[in-house]
Amino acid sequence: MSTLTEWLRDPNPTSRRQAKLGQLWLGWLRLKRNPLAMAGLVIIGLLLVIAAFAPVLATHDPIAQNLQNRLQPPLTPGHWLGTDDFGRDIWSRIVYGSRITLYIIALVAVTAPLIGLMVGTVAGYFGGWVDAVLMRLTDIFLAFPRLILALALVAVLGPGIENAVLAIALTAWPPYARVARAETLTVRNSDYIAAVRLQGAGAGRVIWGHIVPMCLPSVIIRVTLDMAGVILIAAGLGFLGLGAQPPLSEWGLMISAGRKYLFEQWWVATMPGLAIFIVSLGFNLLGDGLRDVLDPRSAAK
Amino acid sequence: MTVSLSSSRWMARLRGLGGAAFSLAVTLLGLLFVTFIISRVVPIDPVIAIVGERASEAQIETARVALGLDKPLWQQFFIFVGNALQGDLGTSIRTGEPVIQAVTRAFPATLELATLATILGVIAGVPAGVLAATRPGSLADHFVRLVGLMGYSMPVFWLGLIGLLLFYGVLGWVGGPGRLDAAFDMFYEFEVTPYTGMILIDTALAGRWDMFVNAISHIILPAGLLGYVSMAYISRMTRSFMMNELGQEYITTARVKGMPEWRVIWVHAMRNVMVPLITVIALSYAYLLEGSVLTETIFAWPGLGSYITDALLVNDMPAVLGGTVVVGVAFVVLNLVSDLLYRLVDPRAR
Repeated sequence: MSTLTEWLRDPNPTSRRQAKLGQLWLGWLRLKRNPLAMAGLVIIGLLLVIAAFAPVLATHDPIAQNLQNRLQPPLTPGHWLGTDDFGRDIWSRIVYGSRITLYIIALVAVTAPLIGLMVGTVAGYFGGWVDAVLMRLTDIFLAFPRLILALALVAVLGPGIENAVLAIALTAWPPYARVARAETLTVRNSDYIAAVRLQGAGAGRVIWGHIVPMCLPSVIIRVTLDMAGVILIAAGLGFLGLGAQPPLSEWGLMISAGRKYLFEQWWVATMPGLAIFIVSLGFNLLGDGLRDVLDPRSAAK
Repeated sequence: MTVSLSSSRWMARLRGLGGAAFSLAVTLLGLLFVTFIISRVVPIDPVIAIVGERASEAQIETARVALGLDKPLWQQFFIFVGNALQGDLGTSIRTGEPVIQAVTRAFPATLELATLATILGVIAGVPAGVLAATRPGSLADHFVRLVGLMGYSMPVFWLGLIGLLLFYGVLGWVGGPGRLDAAFDMFYEFEVTPYTGMILIDTALAGRWDMFVNAISHIILPAGLLGYVSMAYISRMTRSFMMNELGQEYITTARVKGMPEWRVIWVHAMRNVMVPLITVIALSYAYLLEGSVLTETIFAWPGLGSYITDALLVNDMPAVLGGTVVVGVAFVVLNLVSDLLYRLVDPRAR
């Protein structure tokens, strides 16, 4: 172990890989010093564990109704977060809901950057009128308020998780396109690109094989920073009944179901909201810490 | 010499304005285009939605021609844009009322809520950001950061429900959902002339101070919660702008001269922080217009958000898209205003 850290800390790295990993290691050390970022990392880790072991952690079937047992307050024996209006165990529903949240995050994290990468790299690589048209398009999408556009899209596509994901992805791609275009502009005139082209590679091959990999690091960072917003929009769509449909235990949907009982049975709406809040806070804390580590200006302080 | 210099400056400014106007026009056209595309992929046939499912072939055909749906798509788009420019955003299927009429009625309520929220956000956010920037790494700094991150992380509709539960249900400090108590609401439209559509201004103009106080007790909770969300953003940006300014040499000079610290911060540094901060405030205002969509449904606030979500539930697409266009336009205009203000405040950008 100690030899590994020594290898990472070596001030005279012998290879590019060693230098790069050494930088990563230093970044990790800086991140580790930030207690808030570590708290965020722990929260996300817990989310993954809970989603992976949902059948073990859940005490009940998340969609099994038990009407004799409805609206039990928290700390009832067997239902430590209480039950909802159909007598379903809220804890178990939240546990299974974490899978839906992760599913949505994962799908958006794959699709939105993919659209953004395609638009951004093509615009940056070809330049000229292609660039002008694509970037105008990006600006137009940026001009739309995200949630409202997502609402309109789901209204057209029809409610459901996949459509909600599609709508969120269609509203989330413009920032990625901007980032990818900026990265493309910095590499498009470099020698290695010229070399690949001289070997006869077409535009598609150059972009996909040689430019996209260069854009990936900054895009991935941007994804981490975006995830909290995605969770909130997904929850908002769920709350309006446009996302996951009953009896799925999506957290936003659970809040909207608890709305009717807000003043008498407060826990039905409060508990899933707390789950959204904690997970989104986790992503925000981690993203905030990551930004500090990766931004050289703030790292100097 | 001086004349030509200043006239060339005017030219440059005019050119800048012309560029801004052009990009505004393109963006608005794009906005309409996207909405048009969305409205044409709807699986619901707009003709059936109007004439009903039992209409005869001939009736459907007449309605189709009347709606202009028999023309090619590009022609339909031009008609759509022409109508929109004349303020015709279509007719709501649910109420049969022109969308523009309902939207104009609802918009002031949203504007009032967002404005009050922004004011609250600025009042709380700017001092908090300054406090954090002057003591980096202190307990106060971490506190401001954490409170801000919490504001970023809360689903705004959940925050609304919790606020309603706590301040209305348990503590009884504020009025509940709606703009007035039911006792006042019954007489509102008979006793108060809706000059602006904003309840605080209209009740004050009518001299109904009892209603005014009641309206405040109703608006304060949604505005406060939205204000918290905007405070999170404003305090964070203020902190980073202020940190940046405090590292400048002119600040050191001012301090060396023996200037009191409050003057260094609030007069000298603040003047430069104002420039980027104006953009931030305008942006947060734009986001509040959007954030109010979910908040309004919680607080039964008769604004644009409620209008759009109510229309969504019954698949009233003209109403949804009309509302979307209006919010989009407000968004674009706010961005433009922030850009213009920026030029006004920053001498370098003139």
